[in-house]
Amino acid sequence: MALLEVDDLSVVFTRKGEQPVVAVDGVSFDVDPGQTVGLVGESGCGKSVTALAIMGLLPRRGVRVSGSVRFDGTELLGLPAAAMRDRRGRDLGMVFQDPLSSLNPVVPIGLQITEVLERHRRTPRKKAMVQAGDLLTRVGIPDPRRRLDEYPHQLSGGMRQRALIAMALACRPKLLLADEPTTALDVTIQAQILALLAELVRAGDTDLGDTDLGDTALVMITHDLGVVAGLCDEVNVLYGGRVVERGPRHPLFAAPHHPYTVGLLASVPRLDGPRGQRLSPIRGSVSDNIPWTSGCAFAPRCPNVLGACTSVTPEMEFGPDERLLRCHNPVPAPQEVRA
Amino acid sequence: MLRYTVRRFGQLILVVAALSVLLFAWLRSLPGGPVSALLGERATPESRAQLQAVLGLDRPVHVQYFQFLGRAASGDFGVSTGVQPGDDALSIFLQRFPATLELSLLAIVLAVAAGIPLGYVAARRRGGWLDNAGVVSSLVGVAVPVFFLAFLLKYVFAVELGMLPTSGRQNAGIDATRVTGFFVLDGLLTREWDASWDALKHLMLPALALSSIPFAVVFRITRAAVLDVLDEDYVRTAYSKGLTDTVIRGRHVLRNAMLPVVTIIGLQTGALLSGAVLTEKVFAFQGVGEALAIGFERRDYPVLQVVIIAAAMVYVLVNLIVDLSYAVIDPRVRT
Repeated sequence: MALLEVDDLSVVFTRKGEQPVVAVDGVSFDVDPGQTVGLVGESGCGKSVTALAIMGLLPRRGVRVSGSVRFDGTELLGLPAAAMRDRRGRDLGMVFQDPLSSLNPVVPIGLQITEVLERHRRTPRKKAMVQAGDLLTRVGIPDPRRRLDEYPHQLSGGMRQRALIAMALACRPKLLLADEPTTALDVTIQAQILALLAELVRAGDTDLGDTDLGDTALVMITHDLGVVAGLCDEVNVLYGGRVVERGPRHPLFAAPHHPYTVGLLASVPRLDGPRGQRLSPIRGSVSDNIPWTSGCAFAPRCPNVLGACTSVTPEMEFGPDERLLRCHNPVPAPQEVRA
Repeated sequence: MLRYTVRRFGQLILVVAALSVLLFAWLRSLPGGPVSALLGERATPESRAQLQAVLGLDRPVHVQYFQFLGRAASGDFGVSTGVQPGDDALSIFLQRFPATLELSLLAIVLAVAAGIPLGYVAARRRGGWLDNAGVVSSLVGVAVPVFFLAFLLKYVFAVELGMLPTSGRQNAGIDATRVTGFFVLDGLLTREWDASWDALKHLMLPALALSSIPFAVVFRITRAAVLDVLDEDYVRTAYSKGLTDTVIRGRHVLRNAMLPVVTIIGLQTGALLSGAVLTEKVFAFQGVGEALAIGFERRDYPVLQVVIIAAAMVYVLVNLIVDLSYAVIDPRVRT
């Protein structure tokens, strides 16, 4: 059974006197225990809102969430606030985009870790401090004893993100949601953090002793296909609040079938491409209110657009290579697209 | 940190020196003067000149100033001519200062005790009835003049309802032992509970009137700061850890929101003294503010000089304490 089943999840922001904004429009995907799943898409496609909806962290007022989020057999949507609070930090952890603003500037790193252990495991402060030191070691922070007493501004960007990961994993959650965890970091640190995440969530094939964090499922939210390529077992490509293509990593990268996925891959700059070749961007940008109701939301930007695309909403169906697609006119052969 | 403190004390000396010059010149440029105040308008020129010579006011202002400085260095700030004629100005101040301190502390405690929790709740329930009521009452608190509020409170609670005394610091009938000059504290120290309770009852109305502006300001700043902090990413992180509301409120929201509030509490203590002048006058509360008010009426230069310089020193010291407390609250200031 899947650990996390997101089914037809929709999030609508409503403000008095304004048109409601549909941020997530019927997203469905599953995550198995220990699996790493990517949610990929450009800014505004609803990937962060999806994560916040799963965590129950969206504001109560002005937001309508519908559909279903089943975690470990329990429906999370509509769960009483106290029950949801018990799960957050214990069964579900989350790592955010900007590690500096996501850490409390006036509380030492150590306390920001131990407060999770104190809350969910009732670990006494002293013992929790020792565990927090072990966790910092585990996420690759040197001299953890000293770091426990330091404040976020005294740490480097990479260390802050490592500390944030330590907090999210302190209670060994079954699921970790990482929302653009590397976007605010420079490139060399990005690679280190990705390697760390990959190592931490990998099924327990190494003996990690007391800080064994294996078998944690990871949902990786990113706009960076490079991140997905290096990490994810399965990839969901989002556009306009819906999943438009889903498949295992290698086949999807080798042969993308949705014109949007093809466009995303083509717009990644490549070092091994022909010299002087221009980047090929996707024309236009994501519109605010998603017109999935009457046709395909990607149609205005799609090079493969047909007459039906602007009148009939495509459903999620098996396309070429048994790939799940939401498209009337998928890109057939991968000849001109390099793997 | 130590260097910083020393430097701030250096600033304090500069502030006091500059203020003493300005104050000296300014007081003597006011129309009238102690001589007219003492002798009245129909005094003969001879008697006026005689009194001026006695008070030393016939000499040039800069000579008077250096004479004042020389005497002040040895603790002699002159003799009162109007507030308590014949008494030493410094001892008038020292004798009245505990009263004003007692009053101001109670006013600030009331303002903070009501302003911070209400500001927090108002921010959490933004747009709710409590938020709206708080915003309106804080506007009223700032807009209504302190002396008007003082008269209103006195009329309703002291005159009409008779619940609290109308004026003074303590009933004359109470035989209280004086230890520190803080009447409430004295009663507690000497176990004269009735004296403490009576002094507290005398404090209630003036403190309430005096607290209206600081309350309004503390409430507004707390509310705004909490609203800001609630939008911060680290509060979302705290929620993502499943922490209890108590921990999120204290450790993550209020601790960060307190920085601007602490600043404003420091600035408000300065405003408190101007409020105390009016409040003490209305309630005939024998504090520094009342001495200041009477001192102005009767042009009592020595008392005015002592009180205003002392008030400036208190103001600078309070703001020094505020700045130092930053370092306790915000680790980023420490480095």
